[in-house]
Amino acid sequence: MDTNELVRSLAADHGYRARAVSTVLAIALVVAVPVTGAMFMTRLGMRPDFMAATGSPFFMLKFAVTIALVIASLALAVGLVRPGTPVRKAAWLLAIPVALLTAAIAADLALPQTSAWSTRLVGSNSMVCLMAIPMLSLPLLIATLIGLRHGAATRPMLTGAVAGLIAGGIAATFYAAHCIDDSPLFVVTWYGIALALVALVGAVAGRWALRI
Amino acid sequence: MRERESEWTELMRQANAGDGAAYHRLLNVITPVLRATAQRGLARAGQPTDQCEDIVQEILLAVHLKRHTWDAAAPFGPWLFTIARNKLIDSLRKRGRRVFVDIDDFTDVLPAEQAREQLPAGEVGTHLGSLPQRQREVLQSIAVESASIRETAAKLSMSEGAVRVALHRGLANLAAKLRRE
Repeated sequence: MDTNELVRSLAADHGYRARAVSTVLAIALVVAVPVTGAMFMTRLGMRPDFMAATGSPFFMLKFAVTIALVIASLALAVGLVRPGTPVRKAAWLLAIPVALLTAAIAADLALPQTSAWSTRLVGSNSMVCLMAIPMLSLPLLIATLIGLRHGAATRPMLTGAVAGLIAGGIAATFYAAHCIDDSPLFVVTWYGIALALVALVGAVAGRWALRI
Repeated sequence: MRERESEWTELMRQANAGDGAAYHRLLNVITPVLRATAQRGLARAGQPTDQCEDIVQEILLAVHLKRHTWDAAAPFGPWLFTIARNKLIDSLRKRGRRVFVDIDDFTDVLPAEQAREQLPAGEVGTHLGSLPQRQREVLQSIAVESASIRETAAKLSMSEGAVRVALHRGLANLAAKLRRE
């Protein structure tokens, strides 16, 4: 088939209109979030004192950080699958969860505490955290990659890593409701390692799943 | 240069508004530019330029299937050249070369370079043969025999809707096969 012939067939296909990437991504996540929700409710569940804990600023801060991470990563990912779009501004949004967490760590260290900082960092549930966040993020990561595949990722590994942050961020939001360790020192360490792991898996998967 | 790219942007906007002729014209005007850049990229990587047309066709398929990711408020040129560079690097890698392609390769193509002749392409034709029968027949009819969708529907006793679906699936399949190579 020569190029003129190919061009003719492309022009003839012009009537076909693809859905916007954000729509496909939203649909994929709407399907995957209940799957993760079901995994969470059957295997982990809310912490027993959930209602009382909602009064604790450090408990609520975990959600602020993870939700900010999800929103910033979504904005970045949508830019990354639009070729030629500058993503620097969207990348700066990631500074919001980082700043929130940094401020929280400063507050945690400044306030009088009943336990040593190292005890708060080690926490009581770190291994569960390291297992649960990656497991909960799996359906979300698959959905995010399917949604982003509909776009055009010219940097597949980076886009895959950001997909990992979206998936890991939503998974961490669920997990935060189970986790009884509220110290920002615990969050930055163990949530951080778990998220980095999911981002790494996303980067590797993105390399083959997101090529245009 | 800027004038040329704003013409592309205008054509793509018209195309998105449903103007099929504008879309066909856009593909025709970007093809020689893509050919010149692919030739230059291959030459710089020390590769023979005889696979140039395969790369051009691969870029055109990607442009077609991903055009919904272009933001109508942005210029078309940067979008096009980002895709073109990506596909060129991919195909050079596929041929066993790791190369750095400069973005400048895609922004300062002189019009004189566009006159280079078109070499035969093989990859798309090869994969065409491995498509499901319906998709292959529809693509043959529209691309090679330059029949319209309506004529193709009559000839193959299909509905026009079925022809459209087979055409789109055929093109998407071709792109997937090229990617997997």
